[in-house]
Amino acid sequence: MRTWQFFLVSLAVALAVFFAARLYQNDYLFFAGYVVLQFIVLATAWNILGGYCGYVNFGSAAFFAIGAYTTVVMTKLPAFANRNLPPEIASFVGSITPPPIPVLIVLGGLVAGLVGLGTGYLTLRLRGVFFAIATLALAVVLQTLIVNWDFVGGSRGAYVIRPATVAWLGIGYIEYLFLVMLVLVVVSLTTARAIERSRLGYGFATIRDDELAAEASGVPTLRLKLVATTLSGAFMGMAGAPFPYYIGFLEPSSAFGLAYAVNAIAMPMIGGTTSWVGPLVGAVLLGTLQQLATVTISSAVSLLIVGLLLVFFVIIAPNGIIGWFQYFSSRKSTDLKEQPAPVKSS
Amino acid sequence: MTEPLLKITNVGKRFGGFVALDGINLDVAPGERLGLIGPNGSGKSTLVNCMSGTLHNDTGTVTFDGKPMNGLQAHERTHMGLARSFQLPRPFHSLTVAENLRVPLLYTVRIRRDVPHTKDEMDHRCHEVLSLVSLQHKANRLPKDLTQVEMRKLELARAMAADPKLLIADEAMAGLSGSEVKDIVALLIRLNERGITIILIEHIMAAVMSFSQRLVVLVSGKMIAEGDPQDVIRDPEVEKAYLGQ
Amino acid sequence: MDFPVQLFINALIAGILLGGFYAAVTVGISISFGILDIVNIAHPAFIILGSYIAYIANQRLGLDPILTSILVLPAFYYLGSLVYQVYYLSFEKRGQEALRGLAFFFGLLFVTEVALILVFGVDYRYVQAGYIDTTLRFGFFDLPLRMVVPFVVSMLMLGGLQLFLSKTFTGRAINAVAQDQLALSLMAADPIRIKRIAFAISIATASVAGALLIVIQPVEPSVGREYIGRVFAICVLGGMGSLPGTVIAALLLGIVESITSTFYGPSWAPAVAFGFLLLTLAVRPSGIMGR
Repeated sequence: MRTWQFFLVSLAVALAVFFAARLYQNDYLFFAGYVVLQFIVLATAWNILGGYCGYVNFGSAAFFAIGAYTTVVMTKLPAFANRNLPPEIASFVGSITPPPIPVLIVLGGLVAGLVGLGTGYLTLRLRGVFFAIATLALAVVLQTLIVNWDFVGGSRGAYVIRPATVAWLGIGYIEYLFLVMLVLVVVSLTTARAIERSRLGYGFATIRDDELAAEASGVPTLRLKLVATTLSGAFMGMAGAPFPYYIGFLEPSSAFGLAYAVNAIAMPMIGGTTSWVGPLVGAVLLGTLQQLATVTISSAVSLLIVGLLLVFFVIIAPNGIIGWFQYFSSRKSTDLKEQPAPVKSS
Repeated sequence: MTEPLLKITNVGKRFGGFVALDGINLDVAPGERLGLIGPNGSGKSTLVNCMSGTLHNDTGTVTFDGKPMNGLQAHERTHMGLARSFQLPRPFHSLTVAENLRVPLLYTVRIRRDVPHTKDEMDHRCHEVLSLVSLQHKANRLPKDLTQVEMRKLELARAMAADPKLLIADEAMAGLSGSEVKDIVALLIRLNERGITIILIEHIMAAVMSFSQRLVVLVSGKMIAEGDPQDVIRDPEVEKAYLGQ
Repeated sequence: MDFPVQLFINALIAGILLGGFYAAVTVGISISFGILDIVNIAHPAFIILGSYIAYIANQRLGLDPILTSILVLPAFYYLGSLVYQVYYLSFEKRGQEALRGLAFFFGLLFVTEVALILVFGVDYRYVQAGYIDTTLRFGFFDLPLRMVVPFVVSMLMLGGLQLFLSKTFTGRAINAVAQDQLALSLMAADPIRIKRIAFAISIATASVAGALLIVIQPVEPSVGREYIGRVFAICVLGGMGSLPGTVIAALLLGIVESITSTFYGPSWAPAVAFGFLLLTLAVRPSGIMGR
């Protein structure tokens, strides 16, 4: 299936999911579903750098938070302009900010992507482990910066008013957020799949397999790693951009929450890192599991379960759930017309 | 007098206090078959790494095809036409044998073309290179299914797939049987006849002697002899370095 | 405006004492990462575990935390042994350390933190001991004992480890195994066993470091994560596995952090470690492709 075909098919599936959810007339479905969709994007984004290139990012929460806080800044701008700028400029600023959610998503992606690029540029010329450690430190530092920045509320947090409905679509706001996130899921999955099948995907696989040999074969490893870091960071930022509207009140401890760091890693590693299907499977399964556990037991216990599953899978089943499927089903060669996917399980 | 294809001037490399290379001067003429020998630890691999860009020399310059290479990354040097194989094979273990060869096609040969390869062109070229090393029957297997010997051939094939002007073969024949060694030497000579300059680093003296037009000896980071292979192996300094071998 | 000399000197002293403590926290990483090349980012989790064990013993039995940590050393040593065994069989043997080994340790770090939250909650815990509230005063120099005692203990521990690594056969074997596993096995020492011993020692140091931590400051489960940047910055700056280097780098970081804290506020402390980390990483030449 060509990329544009995949895009249309998944868009159709996404819309089907949306309309099916509307049939239930229960807002909770949208609230819970939004979280799962968010995780699909985060897991897919992480996997572009982690699964395809082999570089571990421990600071997914930081990129997610960048997207969220870019939105918060945008929502605070009208009031700021009113207080500090001449009336004509202030009213202009007030009319364009905060921009609609799709624009916020793009903005969040841009800023997060830039930060990803910067972090990568500083650390990717060294061993992968230093990049991983730098991402951990990045999350801590960014949180420190946000906590000290009063404009976005500092440690007290920031309120973001969510409109009740989206008039021109005639649906409730939470349904709108759900729909937006569905589209983002489609875009991220299509991108991941397109990468796998492209020249870029081969390049990523060689970086993961043997970076020295990749360089010797002519692969510009640093440049490709920067592409991966930027893309990965950007998608995480995009996932975070609508979050303040979803949650209504954003404080640093929830934006930088433990849940994002571990889930962004656990979901692709449990689902399987070698293809776009893995993060999807991992996110849907683990996301649903966590929603159930949070409601029935507690959120801390649900996180504990995720952590234990991560350790378990990493030891016992390194290729994840899709690795299990590949192991048990017979190996036939697939579509003869298209090039075989460059990323394979070992 | 033609310009040397590869010009190594006063190249030195240290690791902490250890001097791996000490003022190496070497010119390689286009189309030449150069042999490089030396005991273990003499700096052969360090020299190869400095030529290919995997390591950067501390002093001196490396010039390839008239262009200075100092500071250039390995992939840039490969684009310019300098390819190397690794002493210990480093295949891309999640890609099939054929896909391993696609990488240099996609990332090196592609740079030099105006249009991307079609699928047929790529399949054809992969098959071509694989049959040169007699690996075409394993095209769709993973490297883990290859024997040690086949991995060495894959290593060489991958370097060849980059369409180099200069190929550095770093101990490609270790562990091969006598007839396999002859096959690889013949292959390298055929490549050379097509115009590819080749530097052969080897311990197997039969191969080195039958292949090289010129022989260079490296001991403890210094070049102690250079010239016609027959003369060089009779050099008393060289005999001393190889005493017992 | 005259320069606040008193404040500066006290910040300097506090920094030195803090740095001494940081050395104790880092020495485990100097061994596991600096020497053995195992990226144990879960090390801070073991330290926090040590802190909580010291807390319980202090609460229930009134034991001095440092004494507790020494009593518990064998348990931590055994735990480290166990963790290495799993790590070796699952990852090192299969050559999968880069991605999966890291994820494994991250998982351990995470599980430990969440488990502690479930058991103890997020409130800060602290210990009571005679010296914690005492401060020695020399003129205008302040020497809070709750910093001096950890400093002394830390230096003793590092001194002992340095002697062990340089004078005993096992200690020298540990250094050797990092450089040449094959040569070591030819000398009739099992490299895997040596690595396991080394890793177990590194976790044992976490027991002591944890006790020192809770003497210096109250702890809660997420405190561990603040230390990850610090320990790796110190380890890299200190030359990866050199214990004297670790001490010097730790002192440096402690001083810079303390002065920043005193003059700019304590909430910037984590950023200092990060800055250090970036600086140290930038200083290493970009030609390094692993060791």
